[in-house]
Amino acid sequence: MTMERIPILKMGSFLLVTVQVDMHDRLAMTLQDDLTGRIVKDRAHGVLIDISSLEIVDSFIGRMIGNIASMARVLDAETVVVGMRPAVAITLVELGLSLPGVRTALNVDKGVEMLKGSIEDRARGNGHVAR
Amino acid sequence: MVNQNKLAESVRTQQEVILKDWVAFQLAATSLRRDLMKESELRDQSREFLSLFAQALHGGSDIGDPSWKPVRDFLAQTARSRVAQGFTPSETAMFIFSLKQSLFDVIRTTVKDPKELVTDMWAATVLLDKLGLQIMELHQQNREEVIHRQQEELLELSTPVVQLFDNILALPLIGTLDSARTQIVMENLLQRIVETGAMIAIIDITGVPTVDTLVAQHLLKTVAAARLMGADCIISGIRPQIAQTIVHLGVDLSEVTTKATLADAFTIALQRTGASIMKSAVARPKE
Amino acid sequence: MVTLRDETFPIRSSDDIVKVRQITREWALMQAFSLVDQTKIVTAASELARNTLEHGRGGEVRVQALQAGARRGVRLTFVDQGPGIPDLDKALRDGFTTGNGMGLGLSGSRRLVNDFDIHSEVDKGTTVMIARWK
Repeated sequence: MTMERIPILKMGSFLLVTVQVDMHDRLAMTLQDDLTGRIVKDRAHGVLIDISSLEIVDSFIGRMIGNIASMARVLDAETVVVGMRPAVAITLVELGLSLPGVRTALNVDKGVEMLKGSIEDRARGNGHVAR
Repeated sequence: MVNQNKLAESVRTQQEVILKDWVAFQLAATSLRRDLMKESELRDQSREFLSLFAQALHGGSDIGDPSWKPVRDFLAQTARSRVAQGFTPSETAMFIFSLKQSLFDVIRTTVKDPKELVTDMWAATVLLDKLGLQIMELHQQNREEVIHRQQEELLELSTPVVQLFDNILALPLIGTLDSARTQIVMENLLQRIVETGAMIAIIDITGVPTVDTLVAQHLLKTVAAARLMGADCIISGIRPQIAQTIVHLGVDLSEVTTKATLADAFTIALQRTGASIMKSAVARPKE
Repeated sequence: MVTLRDETFPIRSSDDIVKVRQITREWALMQAFSLVDQTKIVTAASELARNTLEHGRGGEVRVQALQAGARRGVRLTFVDQGPGIPDLDKALRDGFTTGNGMGLGLSGSRRLVNDFDIHSEVDKGTTVMIARWK
């Protein structure tokens, strides 16, 4: 099997990851590696993970998203997960997964606003902004 | 099967006789519903069934066999139309059972050997019983489908989501919440959040008489799902006795913003979305 | 209850997990499931297929499309000949994990379906049956 990768785009000081394929386990692990590498290389302050194309999120993918958010935080970047579909959200809640510590937004625009807001707050010295 | 073939042959050759007899029997029966169905329609239905039945008989007596498919399809179609016309299950089944007498008369005139007669009669009885039960089953299934569809339609009607302001939605809940209804409510609200891009949804439970553990949990799940999508929920209209119940039930609402009235919730929502409504100095009456 | 369709698929690699998800989605669509119902059964299938692969050392899944009266359902039966689960009660609790998941595989997927049944014997293997009805 060829080495698939999920593309990571740079948007100013943010990174945008658009997950567009059926996420299999290896791909999720690769994304985790690639993204942490890029946060450091691009000195990114924020990461947007757009999952609006994902038809399901199971506990494995959920854990991967949580891990990325935690790792990014250690690397001084905020993570916002955007575009989760209603059916996926309902299922995740039923599954028992609430993604604590992961910030969410309805779409990429709102996610960008959210990241900009928290970076401004940080610049004013308010420290880490809790949701 | 020898008997089967003979029965098939008798039905085929004497189709017209059977039909005339059967229709006459049905028209004379006390269970006939002239109010629901025209005589001509009954005649056409009987004719069609008999002709399909005669053909299928050549393929054996197993009504699950592919050769019986036209008969089964016909029964399904008849059951559907009779449900729509308002027949009861037994009235629908009588359509098939009433064929017995006419069929037996034919068998009696063609089979002379008493032993053979008994066997043939039995075979015909078993066969018609199966078909009669099948049409009854199909009738019931159709009614269930109708009920199911009506339930769904009712559920959709009972959960309006309204936009109060830019970025703010409200879901006024009225009446008892059960599991099925709450699921629809939840899906509707989340779908509307996506469509409108609203950041805050107010779930108003002023019109909900009681809140039990299950309903409270459903509300919490809705709030959690909305959060995963990137929207916040406020629950408003919690009456004193409901507040007491919630605490007694041990439901933890500490993660959820709750307000006593929809107006309070709306004010908070405006603040959070950076909007405000101001009172003008003079109230202007409508001209 | 009538079985409309009945097929069995292998679970040998992580690509098969994706396949199981796709098949389950297809069958749920065939049964005219709502989007939420589809998502729930597909997610449960994904969890259990991963269990079969990681804890059961691979196995297979039997997929059935069912009809009972006006209700339509999809039933999945995951079978492996792996090491089995010594303490089922414990395994069914939230947060229990032996692999690298979040410990929500069994307990979580149970909440996503209407019927749930599990049999496990140490050194013999595990069978998990789930069904969702619309």
